[in-house]
Amino acid sequence: MKIAEPFVSTTNACKMCTPLGAAMAFKGLEGCVPFLHGSQGCATYMRRYIISHFREPMDIASSSLGEKDAVYGGKANLMQGLLNVIGKYKAPAVGIATTCLTETIGDDVPTILHEFRKECPADLNGEMPALIHCSTPSYGGSHMEGFHAAVRAMVAQLADPETATHRGINIFSGFVSPEDIRHLQDVFAHFGLPATLLPDYSETLDGPALEDYQNIPGGGTPLDAVRAMPGAGASIEFGRTIKPERSAGTVLRDKYGVPLHSLGLPIGLRESDALFTTLETLAGCSAPRRYALERGQLLDAMVDGHKYVAGKKAIIYGEEDLVVGLTSFLSEIGIKPVLVASGGESGLLAEAVAAVTGEFSGDPPLVRDGVDFYQIVAEAEALEPDLVVGNSKGYRELARARNIPLIRVGFPIHDRFGSQRVLHLGYRGALSLYDLIVNALIEKKQEDSPIGYGYI
Amino acid sequence: MEPVIFEERKTQIHRKGAEPFSISCNKSSLAGAVSQRACVFCGSRVVLYPIADALHLVHGPIGCAVYTWDIRGALSSGPELHRLSFSTDLREKDVIFGGEKKLHQALIELIDLHKPNAAFVYSTCIVGIIGDDLKAVCKKVQAEKGIPVIPVQSEGFKGNKREGYLAACEAMFQLVGTGDTSTISPLSVNILGDFNLAGEIWIIQDYLKRMGVEVVANITGDGRVADVRRAHGAALNLVQCSGATMDLAKMMKEKYGIPFIRVSYFGIEDMSDALYDVAKFFQDKDPEIMARTQELVREELTALYPKLQTFRKDLEGKKAAIYVGGAFKAFSLIKSFRHLGMNVVMVGSQTGTEEDYQELAEITDEGTIIVDDTNPLELSAFIKEKDVDIFVGGVKERPIAFKLGVGFCDHNHERKEALEGFLGMYNFAREVHATVTSPVWNFTPRRRKSPIAVGTAEEACLS
Repeated sequence: MKIAEPFVSTTNACKMCTPLGAAMAFKGLEGCVPFLHGSQGCATYMRRYIISHFREPMDIASSSLGEKDAVYGGKANLMQGLLNVIGKYKAPAVGIATTCLTETIGDDVPTILHEFRKECPADLNGEMPALIHCSTPSYGGSHMEGFHAAVRAMVAQLADPETATHRGINIFSGFVSPEDIRHLQDVFAHFGLPATLLPDYSETLDGPALEDYQNIPGGGTPLDAVRAMPGAGASIEFGRTIKPERSAGTVLRDKYGVPLHSLGLPIGLRESDALFTTLETLAGCSAPRRYALERGQLLDAMVDGHKYVAGKKAIIYGEEDLVVGLTSFLSEIGIKPVLVASGGESGLLAEAVAAVTGEFSGDPPLVRDGVDFYQIVAEAEALEPDLVVGNSKGYRELARARNIPLIRVGFPIHDRFGSQRVLHLGYRGALSLYDLIVNALIEKKQEDSPIGYGYI
Repeated sequence: MEPVIFEERKTQIHRKGAEPFSISCNKSSLAGAVSQRACVFCGSRVVLYPIADALHLVHGPIGCAVYTWDIRGALSSGPELHRLSFSTDLREKDVIFGGEKKLHQALIELIDLHKPNAAFVYSTCIVGIIGDDLKAVCKKVQAEKGIPVIPVQSEGFKGNKREGYLAACEAMFQLVGTGDTSTISPLSVNILGDFNLAGEIWIIQDYLKRMGVEVVANITGDGRVADVRRAHGAALNLVQCSGATMDLAKMMKEKYGIPFIRVSYFGIEDMSDALYDVAKFFQDKDPEIMARTQELVREELTALYPKLQTFRKDLEGKKAAIYVGGAFKAFSLIKSFRHLGMNVVMVGSQTGTEEDYQELAEITDEGTIIVDDTNPLELSAFIKEKDVDIFVGGVKERPIAFKLGVGFCDHNHERKEALEGFLGMYNFAREVHATVTSPVWNFTPRRRKSPIAVGTAEEACLS
């Protein structure tokens, strides 16, 4: 569904570019250095953007193409750049993503890598790292297309049924926070389910203070675990807007017969229920008591706080899968999503939103995909929202301009501390989001009130 | 241990005293070296962006516009059009069929909506490849809308940030000379190369006002199109961040005969020198100006010195490393650290020239590492080798310092604290003091081992 006004320009985009998503996903593979084949600026800009959210080192190499490379092709720079980064970083894996420049000049990266593998082992003392590549022209979608392309590339290019010994579960959690990844790991451990989670940047982008600077931070999904994915008992993939042709889970299902469970991002009660019932089935046992308790505590909080949130109107924006999850959650606690917006354009957003809101009476929210903040703000004029839920980018024109609270979730969060520790997933994630939302509404009420109530 | 310095980069690193001065610089970044540098587009975007009543449209796919959205803390005293991020958000079909039509439509609708006083259209990598005729579209829209519509030839791959500065200066120079200069005072200057981060330009304007000098145009901070148009009426150009705007100053000198002086507003000496240089320039026209300037500097320093001394007590003898975008800023930082009793042991920049580095070699102590276009591997090695107490840089350098358990001062274009002028020197000293003397460094693993043993299993005690 497109907005009525046919604007051709974009003002304050509600998305990022494809190679950024790819770099994020590659950062979740153990020992992997992301490498952008393009001009130097792309890598530097994305580093800056990601560092400002995670406050962690984010080394992204670049083939640093110059004018003559743009004319004659970037092969020489790509090969030299790979030698340099492998030589100095001693990286066991390099994730190579293209940019708009190299896609358009027509560099054939798979062929160049093939030649690199053939010609360069001597320079690397025979130690050729895993080279994974994905095609991510920045005019070919948003950062989410890039993220999924890299995850799919890692699976498609590394999976090796010959060496597969892993009998657990593959999980493709999508673009979630490091805290979300840690929580998922705990959940699987408590169910006694061995799991390979890809990508896992829970440590590479939220690392501990150590004695020395790590050229490549510890953590990440082990390469061998990805190689062993075809042997898994099942795959779970989060995201209601991933198309099958973009999905890593589909590759494993279609090529190696690994059963695939496609779920929404487990945000809120019902989407978390869907995850936990799937886990019960896969584990062949009931959920550990702690999760029954967490679920109960979430419900208890939803009851305790329901009047504070009742009938409040919210605008939700960000990545498509994230906004579907958030919309599901807000609907079930009695907040009315009035506008669900994303810069993404999978074409599946409206249907996914309808699926999670349909159970409740009342007007369905406006759903806008492929929009920017100019359009979101224009819609907001008439909707009179009470709160805004999304990343930092909606702060100035949307939340501040209307003097309403912004609940910061997703990426990027550039104006708050601790964004890597925001938990969205599972019953516990829902509970922490719930506390944030209720307290934001209470604070707003307090601030607007002429009386300084100390009890509310 | 393996050496961290790339063979190809050895000539870009100089250790003072070890060998006669020689450094190579201003070349393309080495592929695979994780340079801290950005691109041509970045260079032009950051220089032009603070012109607050102009439309800044990035012609390209979305990334280039997103990552530069409101990127500088460049404040405006009026319109804030520069803080929005406009893009043509090119898609696959635009790349195949060309983006000129989309660019034209985008410009028309944005100009109708925002009524800017001029529009700058930035070319990105992809536009250079598909060959959109930016000039022709801009010319057409200029004729249709009656405002200057200026193409900025800033394809990312065309060089490094310096080429972007030149593209920006060429774009601005198209505006200069088109406004009325009849009411401008003979004691007047343009401020070039100051981006009004955290309102810094307002501090400088206040000093100039107290000296009796009129500011015609703040060309790159709190900038206005109308001011840039009449900038040729000023008697003198003050060029800070010379890498960025020196080209414009030279063009204005050549065409309009306006002399320029290089200045820096960071630190006590450089700030004072800047004001004295202005006073000297105008003392024939106004014999009283030098006395007024001396009084101003005396007043400011009398207030500042005692405060600095209290910080200095704790900072004496500590070691600092500097890595900044432009080399000129590094000179001021070295002097500022000396006022705090600290020694600079490493200094580098993304875009310095050979003369810049030569000058750095002259003013630094023996053994100081001087580096051009470096990367995280080298930076972390230098910081460790020199065992520094504080690193000065930008967002990308911050995690390198913090991971090594070293203090950090944000001295980049995103800073929210004014660091220029005498007030800025106080803020700088306070920030350096706050980070260097923090108790947290006592607990980082480099200084104190953790008392907790690291188990191997997730729940070792249960087994």
